[in-house]
Amino acid sequence: MEAAEPALSAETLRGRLLRGLEAEHVEVEDTTPSRCSTSFKVLVVSSRFRGKPLLQRHRLVNELLAEELKRIHAFEQRTLTPEQWEKERGAGTSA
Amino acid sequence: MGRRNGLEVDRSACGWRCKELQLSKAAMSGSLCWLRAASLLRGAPLRWGARPLSQAAAGDGSSPGGGEGGRGSRESVERLVRAHPVVVFMKGNPGQPLCGFSNAVVQILRLHGVQDFQAYDVLQDPDLRQGIKNYSNWPTIPQVYLNGEFVGGCDILLQMHQNGDLVEELKKLGIRSALLDAEKDQDKK
Repeated sequence: MEAAEPALSAETLRGRLLRGLEAEHVEVEDTTPSRCSTSFKVLVVSSRFRGKPLLQRHRLVNELLAEELKRIHAFEQRTLTPEQWEKERGAGTSA
Repeated sequence: MGRRNGLEVDRSACGWRCKELQLSKAAMSGSLCWLRAASLLRGAPLRWGARPLSQAAAGDGSSPGGGEGGRGSRESVERLVRAHPVVVFMKGNPGQPLCGFSNAVVQILRLHGVQDFQAYDVLQDPDLRQGIKNYSNWPTIPQVYLNGEFVGGCDILLQMHQNGDLVEELKKLGIRSALLDAEKDQDKK
């Protein structure tokens, strides 16, 4: 069996999102219980999301990560405009 | 496959991320919220008027409507999403969801008092599971359809619940969200 392709990493995804969506803020968390990179949660803040409904925003992210998503089993995403992000931070929301 | 709370769990499929999911009315205020999937699963099974996939597919597992396409064909999926105002493709069923994300969708609908919705368990049907992803061009389960239109998965439904959009979308379907009545009661004091 040939060597497995390099594992997806949170950093790889983060880079793609930052560049692909000209995001001003990206957080990627590997949520796989064993940390073996098949389950991710991302937060993307980008002005590209302005004026776009949620579904469209999420599709942008899905398209950008189309190749990676073939290898990802579980994927959560939050997509915010810079304004929404600022508002959220200002509100001091707690988890 | 693993077992959790006595249920078979398809770990490979979704990793069973049910930890830290707790949804409450506070969610309406827009605060970040999570669902307590595990505790909800331990509760009594709920009757949601959902039919198992086998019933929806003419009861014997054969293609619905006898068309050429299998259960995962575009035509077949189209028929399913148009058959009811609220349709959910999930893992498990509303009484026993087998995935934290699918459970979240069920619980959100429950919070809004949506008792009557059509749920399909994709774990029972690999053709449907792939077919629904092809149809919506969306890589994950659960998938929510309102009035035949793909709305999104768990993340989107959760955000729609938090920002009030879900109440509006349900209104368009002639469904009055239970949360409106809950708010009214609060205002009365």
